[in-house]
Amino acid sequence: MSTPYAKLPAWADYGLIPVINLFVAFVVAGFVVLLVGENPFRAAAVLVEGAFGRGQGIAFTLFYATTFIFTGLSVAVAAHCSLFNIGAEGQAYVAGLGVAIVCLAFDSVLPWWLLFPLAIIGAAAVGALWALIPAYLQAKRGSHIVITTMMFNFIAFSVVVYLLVGVLKPANSMAPQTRTFLDGAQLPKLNWIIELFGAKIRSAPFNITFLLALAMAFLVWVLIWRTRLGYEMRTYGHSPKAARYAGISETRIIIVAMMISGALAGMMALNPTMGDQHNVALDFVSGAGFVGIAVALMGRLHPIGIVLAAILFGMLYQGGAELAFEMPAISRDMIVIIQGLVILFAGALEHMFRPYIQAMFASISPRTVGMEAVKGKGA
Amino acid sequence: MDVFIAIVQVLDSTIRLSVPLLLACLAGLYSERAGVFDIGLEGKMLVGAFAGAAAASVFHSAYLGLGMAILISVAFALIHGFASITHRGNQIVSGVAINFIAAGSTIMLGQAWFQQGGRTPALASGERFGAIIWRGADAVRGVPILGPIYSELISGHSVLVYVAFLAVPFTWWVLFRTRFGLRLRAVGENPAAVDTAGISVAWLRYRALICTGVLTGIAGAYLSMVQNGGFVKDMTAGKGYIALAALIFAKWKPVNAMFACLLFGFLDALSIRLQGTPLPLIGKVPVQFMQALPYVLTVILLAGFIGKAIPPRAGGVPYVKER
Amino acid sequence: MAQAAIELIGINKSFGAVRANRDINLEIVRGTIHGIVGENGAGKSTLMSILYGFYQADSGEIRVGGQPASIKTPNDAIALGIGMVHQHFMLVDNFTVLENVILGAESDALLKKSIAKARSELERLEREYGLEVDPDAIIEELPVGLQQRVEILKALYRGAEILILDEPTGVLTPAEADHLFRILKQLKEQGKTVVLITHKLREIMAITDTVSVMRQGTMVATRETRKTTVEELAELMVGRRVLLRVEKGEAEAGGVKLAVKNLTVKDSRGVTMVDDISFDVRAGEIVGIAGVAGNGQSEMLEAISGIRRAVSGSVMLDGKPIDLTGAADPGELRDRGLAHVPEDRHHVGLVLAFEENENSILGYHDDPRYLRGPFLNIDAIRDDARDKITKYDIRPADCRLKTANFSGGNQQKIVLAREMEQDPGVLIVGQPTRGVDVGAIEFIHKRLIAMRDQGKAVLVVSVELDEIRSLSDRILVMFAGRIVGERGPEATEGELGLLMAGVEHQEAAQ
Repeated sequence: MSTPYAKLPAWADYGLIPVINLFVAFVVAGFVVLLVGENPFRAAAVLVEGAFGRGQGIAFTLFYATTFIFTGLSVAVAAHCSLFNIGAEGQAYVAGLGVAIVCLAFDSVLPWWLLFPLAIIGAAAVGALWALIPAYLQAKRGSHIVITTMMFNFIAFSVVVYLLVGVLKPANSMAPQTRTFLDGAQLPKLNWIIELFGAKIRSAPFNITFLLALAMAFLVWVLIWRTRLGYEMRTYGHSPKAARYAGISETRIIIVAMMISGALAGMMALNPTMGDQHNVALDFVSGAGFVGIAVALMGRLHPIGIVLAAILFGMLYQGGAELAFEMPAISRDMIVIIQGLVILFAGALEHMFRPYIQAMFASISPRTVGMEAVKGKGA
Repeated sequence: MDVFIAIVQVLDSTIRLSVPLLLACLAGLYSERAGVFDIGLEGKMLVGAFAGAAAASVFHSAYLGLGMAILISVAFALIHGFASITHRGNQIVSGVAINFIAAGSTIMLGQAWFQQGGRTPALASGERFGAIIWRGADAVRGVPILGPIYSELISGHSVLVYVAFLAVPFTWWVLFRTRFGLRLRAVGENPAAVDTAGISVAWLRYRALICTGVLTGIAGAYLSMVQNGGFVKDMTAGKGYIALAALIFAKWKPVNAMFACLLFGFLDALSIRLQGTPLPLIGKVPVQFMQALPYVLTVILLAGFIGKAIPPRAGGVPYVKER
Repeated sequence: MAQAAIELIGINKSFGAVRANRDINLEIVRGTIHGIVGENGAGKSTLMSILYGFYQADSGEIRVGGQPASIKTPNDAIALGIGMVHQHFMLVDNFTVLENVILGAESDALLKKSIAKARSELERLEREYGLEVDPDAIIEELPVGLQQRVEILKALYRGAEILILDEPTGVLTPAEADHLFRILKQLKEQGKTVVLITHKLREIMAITDTVSVMRQGTMVATRETRKTTVEELAELMVGRRVLLRVEKGEAEAGGVKLAVKNLTVKDSRGVTMVDDISFDVRAGEIVGIAGVAGNGQSEMLEAISGIRRAVSGSVMLDGKPIDLTGAADPGELRDRGLAHVPEDRHHVGLVLAFEENENSILGYHDDPRYLRGPFLNIDAIRDDARDKITKYDIRPADCRLKTANFSGGNQQKIVLAREMEQDPGVLIVGQPTRGVDVGAIEFIHKRLIAMRDQGKAVLVVSVELDEIRSLSDRILVMFAGRIVGERGPEATEGELGLLMAGVEHQEAAQ
């Protein structure tokens, strides 16, 4: 992930190129819309209208964004340490068990503001532990983290299903889910913030977890760029040999980075459970872990970028739901396609347009493109 | 005798279940031996399955379906090549992208074209690959031991099953006895050596990916046109990842790949067989445990408790000319 | 009149803003050995890569045998009878010799015939040129000299009439190099043309008929070898008189600061790379380790600095022993006053993607000076980096610039500044001036001597014999993982060369 390229101004590097990549992804998505016989421009209008047109839509957009901020940060933290955590999905799913245990145990005795911190710890701890095993296997046994975290996703599904149809299910119920949480485990909504601006909201699950997500984004920034641990993670991420030279323990840094990543993925579980459904049910993660990959890549692994990308994906999810409703030929799976296209163009093809943009900048003003001594010559 | 019949039945379904794994595993072998990691086997199988079933039901021909499955799967392989060979993008990221695009587009197009909730119409018999009954299979069925083995295990599979198993020696032959194979193995180990020998690294890797696409296309066609009478959404259900694990388990060798896939197929067959059946001593095994078992085993295998698997040296690294 | 095998006319090539070749004209006469000398980065390799079709020239013309030639790919070059032996061998390590030889030159789609053909062809080449090698051996099991021979065979098998060798002796012992030269002379006698790229003037004088000198991307002169001298070539290469020797006073060696005891190191394949070596470095002296690359120097450095686990052995730092077999880690050794400038600054000594100031704390990032609790003290780090930039004249003087954007010499200064400014008791340096421009070489050498004069113990490992001889107060020669001799700085090149080649050291002393 560290191919040296000639410099571009930072705003082009972090602003222009992602926007162009995103634009291309949407153009291709537009062709898919054409393929199913709908008008892509109308589809885009419906999507944006659905996401931001009314207070209700905005609240839902931010609710989804909350989820994606967590998983995006999770993927990004691991990626800074050159670990591809494809297992945020499973880590979040298992973390739901942590939430369930805390909530089921204390929701009748504690108020939400005491229970919420406990639930955060529960979710983060379980998520971190689920990431620990692949991390340990990578660090000690050299098994490829991509494959093991992927396998752990499948294992997580089985474990959670087993528990939801077994011990966690109330005896008198058929549905594979926990009982409904009591008031103590129901998080306060933030819809009133949007209503301050004059919008009306009937009911939307936008809740206080959003603030936790923003706090985590800030903490991740501090961690990566302002702490010794973050410095060590980045060193290892760019060059394991340099990390060894600098006395950084490979085992320790892999395990710590993956546990932080798992903890962040785990916190995602709070949002749909305590914030919305008030239970832990099957499929409450529903692909958010994978969306995190797209969000992290789109946001160029930077927390600010991740928050923006998460809001974008929140918009797609909310707007996509409206779209599926308005245009029967388009299902919500359109979002999965867009997600894939964003990963393709913002991730795998992130440098496709760079040479052209560089040439463009070079022709406008050669000095902005610092070409001096590009790549240690001859050495 | 009942036990024997049960064993034959489990082995028979082992063969059926390992075929898509084997095809996908060999597909991965071509690309990874050429130095291109491919986590997108899953997605390519899925589009293959969809394209195959869709074309077969529209054109009423199994072979046209198969052709379309291969065509679309190869197209996706070329997208992977475009990103990871031409533009030197991250191969894992590209593979993940392909899996998403495949998952989303198969359902959406399926729904838009056929309006059956993401399914393709059920295939009639001429639109599927039927079983090939070998000469005398029915006659010898009654013969103890050998009869069931011949008539159940060897005879009575679709043509794609035989294709899959013939692909094993064929792949070995291609890899170790042909010019293409020599170059393919070389480019996965040291692309600079291939480049300086006057061979295009990019074109060679693209050809390897085309082989991958052909095989994942056949794997997909098998799923939707043999194992199932039509496409169902997400019908690959992680088989692409299992195939990848099998490839590592097989240390990137064709014959080993066959045994690895048979093993995983066997586990799958066993879990289906044992569902709900109480075992002596252990009791009833939860169905989720049996479902998770292949993944757990894979993790254990990957953890290197079965010796070290050394991947092709240039794997995962885009080729850049050195100055 | 002698016929030109190759003519290059007005060749230009730029990489971004770097002009690697400017308006190069060169004529290579058929049936001769033509040397091309120049410093690292002078553009020699780029020029040859253009000739071999690996790069395209931006402008200019190539003529082969008098005919204008269009060489767009290595294939075109091969078809024109041009073969190349690269500095880093272009071999597939887990293939056999035969498989490597036929790769890209297979006669048909199946391998059987190609292999049979190559086998008989190799026998012929072996007879004609004395190029012996087992065709069924696996490359990674062959010694370096034989691997190089396979490269030559590859070129000859493809019918090369013109053979380009890029820095062929860098990895060879003097004896292997001599053998190579005999082969090259034999090729010349058979009418082949040889182009030898090197920065070692001795080799030029020993074997070439004609020599061309490159400097900063331009071709500055072409001479008949027998009519020129080493001094003239050196001056042409550098553009001014070089100080071959650094000015330095007598060493005033004090007590032992670093003692390496019974060090044995194996590589990842289990091959013993360092075999039970012991030596001391005292305060106020520079000890130089001479040796051909690949004789265990790298592994020794890695073990002493804690990067690589040793099979046995320890270091005494200032009289306190540290076991190198257990959990010795680079951080602990650093805390005990051992600073290390690694051989590979691109992947080990620096993180090229980091800003300069971030690299200026690499390895010292847990020093309280740079921290506030668990947080980095960004202001302190940047101030510190700016200090070092001034003190070591690192250019450009921008501590926020990405390290990849500094030149090789300035990158090396970043590492040196970091390690020297920690005021360590012991400094170990691998290849202090590899890939460094001339100006920086002098600067680095002076700094190392200044360290010595401050009473530090300095250990220098270098494959450049000249560097070892001009810096060291004592010279240890390493061969096949052992120290085979110790000499003073007055030792002659020939004497050291014999030791480096593994000739019994009693014999060499006579």
